[in-house]
Amino acid sequence: MKKVFLSALLVNLLAACATQQPKVAVEEAKPAAVVEAPTAEAAKPAPVSESAAPAPAPVAPVAVDPLNDPNSTLAKRSVYYPFDVYVVQDSDKPTVQAHAGYLSTHANRKVRLEGNCDERGSNEYNLGLGQRRADGVKKMLLVGGAKESQIVTVSYGEEKPKATGHNEAAWAQNRRTDLNYNN
Amino acid sequence: MKRLSMLRYLWLLFLVCMSSPAHAILNIEIVGAGEYQIPVSIVPLAGEEKLAQGISSVVAADLARSGLFKLVDPAGRTPHEPKDVVYANWPGVDALVIGSVVDQGSGRISVRFRLLNTVKQTELLGQAVSAKTDQLRAIAHRISDMIYEKLTGHAGVFSTRIAYVNRQGSKNRLVVADSDGYGEQTVLSTSEPIMSPAWSPDGSHLAYVSFEQGHAVVYVQSLLTNQRVVVANFRGSNSAPAWSPDGRQLAVVLTRDGSSQIYLVRPDGRELRRITFSGAIDTEPHFSPDGQSLLFTSDRGGKPQIYRMSVDGGPAERMTFDEGNNFSPRYSPDGKSFTFAHLSKGRFYIATQDFETQQMQLLTDGGWEKKPSFAPNGKLILFASEAQGRGILATVSSDGRVKQRMFPQAGDIREPTWGPFLKQ
Repeated sequence: MKKVFLSALLVNLLAACATQQPKVAVEEAKPAAVVEAPTAEAAKPAPVSESAAPAPAPVAPVAVDPLNDPNSTLAKRSVYYPFDVYVVQDSDKPTVQAHAGYLSTHANRKVRLEGNCDERGSNEYNLGLGQRRADGVKKMLLVGGAKESQIVTVSYGEEKPKATGHNEAAWAQNRRTDLNYNN
Repeated sequence: MKRLSMLRYLWLLFLVCMSSPAHAILNIEIVGAGEYQIPVSIVPLAGEEKLAQGISSVVAADLARSGLFKLVDPAGRTPHEPKDVVYANWPGVDALVIGSVVDQGSGRISVRFRLLNTVKQTELLGQAVSAKTDQLRAIAHRISDMIYEKLTGHAGVFSTRIAYVNRQGSKNRLVVADSDGYGEQTVLSTSEPIMSPAWSPDGSHLAYVSFEQGHAVVYVQSLLTNQRVVVANFRGSNSAPAWSPDGRQLAVVLTRDGSSQIYLVRPDGRELRRITFSGAIDTEPHFSPDGQSLLFTSDRGGKPQIYRMSVDGGPAERMTFDEGNNFSPRYSPDGKSFTFAHLSKGRFYIATQDFETQQMQLLTDGGWEKKPSFAPNGKLILFASEAQGRGILATVSSDGRVKQRMFPQAGDIREPTWGPFLKQ
């Protein structure tokens, strides 16, 4: 019985294959045109301040911007989280506090906080979680003296994983808020 | 040798040849079968061989994919009219499809077909479908829908479309395609992520989330003109669009006032109104078919679970209580149940739950399975899965019996969603 079924199906499918080869024109002729370029709406100037503001050169009187010192705490630009947690962990607090201090003394500097998540959630839930992570870092920066106008927060959720793979090693790297000055 | 697994499941594996680059899906694999499969034989149509695209073969593939039919090879028997049918020659076949193709000139054809009950020796259906010769697959899907409805009592979904995101390297494309993966059309192409496509109830527009502006922004785009409007572009994240059944409102999720909260807004971005005030992550709203309620995901109880509330706001009722986390709720078209993604011990399952019994039913064996959505007839659930290290499309029948996996030619498939019935 099952063999008959299978072979019947295979015959049908082989027939399908044989007849489907030369019909390229079918879908191409469909009416709705495909537009890959940005639409008119996208071509408009971005209405929101999230778009990149060129980072002005540091004006501190000192020759070396501590941000560029590889031995400074400021060289750390990421904070990491346990699963489904958005509170900055004690181990990362010195990093965030250092950046808060830097922003408070470099008023013309701006930072973009990018929240990310591992893939163990829905994309939308993770977008919310990543936003919370970024906003949590923002709160600490404000407490530490940074100004609202210096900070933009965004979330990528699980959409921009740094590491791929369904394992804790990858997930741990992806549960993260990046402090990005290069916007 | 493989008898054990054959006994346990009927494994049907077949390749649907798709050589043209216009085709998104490389092959389709089906596992399982309906409790009872109706034996059907589909005789090649008279005159079909002259067409650029077979019709009977597409009908056969459609019916086979549903898992509800056993396709019987006509084995050289070629009746095209009822008078040519010798019923004694069709033992073990309950239903027979015969017919012919008539060239109407000016690039149009008409397909006349009949569905015969070979047991009672009666005609169940006699129809003519005509269309332009560049719509041969559409004709075949129409015929499949009519046969499916006549034999199962449920509307067919072979003529409906699906939307999903294809990611290949840094290239993200939002695409729509026929429900069998053919006829892919790119709606948007960008180097930034695209999320959460949602069909308008009439199938004419897609709402979606794109990161083109550096953060999540909600757009609505016409599939006819490709014109689009920004629905929500506030600071933070703007996401998770869902259409009301009348198409006059969208539920969206914004973080402009703090954590992710649900708002209602017109599709043109006007009349924004906040409806959740939890301070938790409230996201993935989905309207009930009557437009009165929303299901959504929230971690207000500590972990992400499914809740229900009135679209007018007010208190929310928790719907899922099991171990693990639950995400991405979607009402069934009849409003009696919902499907969602269930995360337990590091594995995602596609599940359904009946509102009355409140029992969760796992439909899949678990893996990397996310983002379920019902076909408009409620008989199938489309979701994102993973196989051979790639993101693929998958479906499962709402009774969990028939599973299908659809492999893309290239890239990873994410965020699939099944479109509505289209008006004929």
